[in-house]
Amino acid sequence: MSQTELRPLRNEPGDQSSTRKRRAANNWLQIAGILPILVLICILFAILSPTFATPGNAVNILRQASINIVLATGMTFVILTGGIDLSVGSILGVSAVVGVLVSLIPALSWLAIPAALATGLLIGLGNGALIAFLDLPPFIVTLGGLTALRGVAYLVANGTTVLNRNLNFAWIGNNYLGPFPWLVVIALLVVLASWFVLRQTVLGVQIYAVGGNQRAARLTGIKVNRVLLFVYGVSGLLAGLAGVMSSSRLYSATGLLGTGYELDAIAAVILGGTSFTGGIGTIPGTLLGALIIAVLNNGLTLLNMSYFWQLVVKGLVIIVAVTIDRLRRRKSR
Amino acid sequence: MTTDLQPLPAAAPSVTPVLEMRGISKRFHGVSALQGVNLTIYPGEVHALMGENGAGKSTLMKILAGAYIADEGEIYINGQRLNITDPSAARQAGINLIYQELNVAPNLTVTENIFMGSELRRGQLLDRDRMNQTAERVLHSLGATFSPLDVVSSLSIAEQQVVEIARALKDNSRILVMDEPTAALSDRETERLFEVIRKLRQDGIAIIYISHRMEEVYALANRVSVLRDGQYIGSLTRDEISPDRLVQMMVGRAMGDFYEHQRQTNPGEVVLEVKNLGGGKVQPTDLVLRAGEIVGLAGLVGAGRTELSRLIFGADPKESGEVWLNGKKLNIHSPGDAIAAGIGYVPEDRKDQGLFLEMTAGKNIVLNRLKEDSKVGLLNWRSLGKIANDAVEDFNIRLANLEVRAVDLSGGNQQKLLLARWLAIKPRVLLLDEPTRGVDIGAKSEIYRIISDLANQGVAILMVSSELTEVVGLSDRVLVMHEGQIVGELGDATGTPITQENIMAYATGASEVAGS
Repeated sequence: MSQTELRPLRNEPGDQSSTRKRRAANNWLQIAGILPILVLICILFAILSPTFATPGNAVNILRQASINIVLATGMTFVILTGGIDLSVGSILGVSAVVGVLVSLIPALSWLAIPAALATGLLIGLGNGALIAFLDLPPFIVTLGGLTALRGVAYLVANGTTVLNRNLNFAWIGNNYLGPFPWLVVIALLVVLASWFVLRQTVLGVQIYAVGGNQRAARLTGIKVNRVLLFVYGVSGLLAGLAGVMSSSRLYSATGLLGTGYELDAIAAVILGGTSFTGGIGTIPGTLLGALIIAVLNNGLTLLNMSYFWQLVVKGLVIIVAVTIDRLRRRKSR
Repeated sequence: MTTDLQPLPAAAPSVTPVLEMRGISKRFHGVSALQGVNLTIYPGEVHALMGENGAGKSTLMKILAGAYIADEGEIYINGQRLNITDPSAARQAGINLIYQELNVAPNLTVTENIFMGSELRRGQLLDRDRMNQTAERVLHSLGATFSPLDVVSSLSIAEQQVVEIARALKDNSRILVMDEPTAALSDRETERLFEVIRKLRQDGIAIIYISHRMEEVYALANRVSVLRDGQYIGSLTRDEISPDRLVQMMVGRAMGDFYEHQRQTNPGEVVLEVKNLGGGKVQPTDLVLRAGEIVGLAGLVGAGRTELSRLIFGADPKESGEVWLNGKKLNIHSPGDAIAAGIGYVPEDRKDQGLFLEMTAGKNIVLNRLKEDSKVGLLNWRSLGKIANDAVEDFNIRLANLEVRAVDLSGGNQQKLLLARWLAIKPRVLLLDEPTRGVDIGAKSEIYRIISDLANQGVAILMVSSELTEVVGLSDRVLVMHEGQIVGELGDATGTPITQENIMAYATGASEVAGS
């Protein structure tokens, strides 16, 4: 019936700009669903806690969110293709240990960051290759990765904490660029770059296409395998970067680092309105999703809520937020 | 398709209608979908409901099934006024709707599907024996050959449809609504479904049959009612039905030059040459396409037509043979290679293989142009927007703006989106697989115009189609496939005229061809 509601499109003057406005409005709508919830939570905490709404705490929240933002951004690429990457927390662990270990070798310490990033990228490409070329389900491949790579992280760390008091990249975790911690700057750069890739490049459109309809994507000549390889590569690379960020703040890494981080990353992506079936979602949405999680962590701690209750509240907020979002979307149809 | 020539019991006016819908109106968000529609159905008749997509057929049927509630109007069942406020009320009144997309649970057995939601019990436990017996009886009455214990996923689509029909009959259905039930069926399966429908008719069940296919209406319907733009246009009895009249009622104008488009009749030089190409069920095949030529690829479902076009396009791996374009041998290993060479392919199932339903219409149009309109991977949205706008103009795609999602468009407009996508790469060869399947008659005529225009511009077109009228009406030459091989060629040059009879003779493997 929708046909009767539609008017034929004509190339009238000003048509281009109205189309652009509409596109902007559409994108705005996609993320707007979750924004009121973030604002509401912030107002609530501001009322309940005198220390919440301060510039210092805002920077704090951003810093606490930064690692999840980076992981969730990579996860967005993967989920947009209809996949999932459960292994990012473990990749973070392996990469962090590798980075700190390399930094301990005097002659090669400058290679620490490249080594950590390369570790993440290679593991991600490995995931992608298994998924793309052997046609294995992403859930299974990365679930295996989650377990196996955690073992690798412990093995590489030899079961202990790898510590470097003179860590050459510690500035990342502890220094500031103007008023902003480097961690935050890096996370925002990752967000901007990813946003740009998804919106303005051929590859970006192809990622949405593969997630929207893989069969049709093949028939339009899209190299689906390459796209899959790319998204898992990005997810791994960003997990490696998150490993650098984590270890730089701690001057150290353990095999335990990053345990369970994949769940917060997935939660941020889903909160941000990305569809689990692929083809729908945005990076700004993911950013907002990650901020909600960080605000909850921060605010509940300021309120001195016990960690156990924090978990309960966090989980419920995720479910409620997604429910509200879905109900609103259903109504708008 | 065979026509049922037996005289049908004409519904006498004295018989009480099993269903009467009077003055039904429905508005969505202030837009009128139905305006004062009347529909009268007698017991034991197959009543075809026709109209273009968007004419209001589905809305009317959803009101009957209780999925929507009418704003105005009354519904009478066997002469008694009934308020259908929800689907269960409709079911209790003996009204069942079988949707185009089947509602079966593929991993359960036939019996489990038939009794889903209304399982028979003995105490607190399932009474499987009684359910199986009942299922067996209903299936038998439908002439089904499968067992109630079969798992549904092991059945053909037609058999799964029978499962749905059985589910309805078990509830003592008096009115059965079927929405384009043959869309996914082969000719043989269609024939079998028709037998089931005729049987139901004999048992006094009224069937409302929604279809775009003229042949089916001829084969089955006692009466036809036509809707257009949400209004009831009229009903015809069996004797009054003619294609011209139906088309006129549906589109509000005469069929006139439905297939008659300005065509240049001289095919140009050879563009595509397929030598010995084989793979899967396709036997090694030769085939030539000339510039500006429309070649119909006919045959029964399963003859290998889709498979052959997919082989040419590189969508499936070939086992033998070569593809030449403009005298140069191509190395096609993937659709990307074919596209780079200038070959386009519009697949038969546009929702499953063609469209990106959640993407905007604009992006759907420009997807094949991304590489050309980008620099180092960066998209030029301005030039892409212009391409999309031009395509919308050229193909008369009806949409509010380019940001509308493809899923919200009608079938005809979706198909035009797909054509537009391929034309954006200016192909030299275009492979069309069932280009007008599930498309209403107005859009059909426009798609025929587009195809003719393309041929006039020198594009070589290979058109797979199961609609014989379309193959005959549009093709310059027809190749017929049978069991994975091209077994016949029709057209002026061969001396065998392009007629439905000749095509069927080759398609069914009959050796004698009239006129040769």
